[in-house]
Amino acid sequence: MTTMTKGSAKVTLPSDTEILITREFAAPKHLVYRAYTTPELVSRWWHAQHGEMKSCEIDLRVGGTWRYAMTAHGGFEVAFHGEFREIVPNERLVSTEIYEGAPEDEALSTVTFTEEDGRTSLSILSRHTSQASRDAVIASGMESGLQVAMDLLEEVAAGLA
Amino acid sequence: MARASTTTDAFNAVAEPRRRQILDLLASGERPVNDLVEAMDLAQPQVSKHLRVLREVGLVAVRGDGRQRVYRINGQPLKPIHDWVKGYERSWSEAFERLDVVLEELKSKEEPEQ
Repeated sequence: MTTMTKGSAKVTLPSDTEILITREFAAPKHLVYRAYTTPELVSRWWHAQHGEMKSCEIDLRVGGTWRYAMTAHGGFEVAFHGEFREIVPNERLVSTEIYEGAPEDEALSTVTFTEEDGRTSLSILSRHTSQASRDAVIASGMESGLQVAMDLLEEVAAGLA
Repeated sequence: MARASTTTDAFNAVAEPRRRQILDLLASGERPVNDLVEAMDLAQPQVSKHLRVLREVGLVAVRGDGRQRVYRINGQPLKPIHDWVKGYERSWSEAFERLDVVLEELKSKEEPEQ
């Protein structure tokens, strides 16, 4: 009866310093919220296939901190942490976000959960302090950190390939 | 601007906002230099300098048309950049596919109680 949402996350770069990730899920928002904020559940999906979850701590209250860490298949650790600034259960989470590979750059992440007909749209907007730090996060899952400025529109590349 | 002369790949070439602007302008079709100069509100020598960098990495190609030099975009060198963002997108897609599984489980646990 329920169909899984096949299809990929959409990543766009709305400005030089932002990353926007969106995805729709075939579940009501209170469940998506729960899967997004419960450590045992986050541990089951956040690392994807890229590594082994090392720790997942979430102190879900304003001023509380969170930290996700995994050991990537290459053997190196990829970790993020932050502090919650705003919590509206099942609706909205605002927190700081620090990629530990570049700890001097603190981003602000706003996650929103919107439900329609039992399906939930999840959007994660990360606002970085500089283009270089935004790009470092994009490169975090890749083999090397590319210090690249890039807001080159995807359509430019896609339309011309 | 010193950076421009050392440019050797598309990543560096598009790190400059003005050069991205040129690519955006050329995305809709080829244009003579004068057109670009006008659209960008920059002096011709500066525009030419950016065009030279773009040409060196193969992002634009040029042809002569009478006395004009007409530029067009070449998308191939953009592919690594495109792939780079796609790689990030892929990581999230894979994570979200696992999240789908978690959600199915949560849903099936919840349904009998309702």
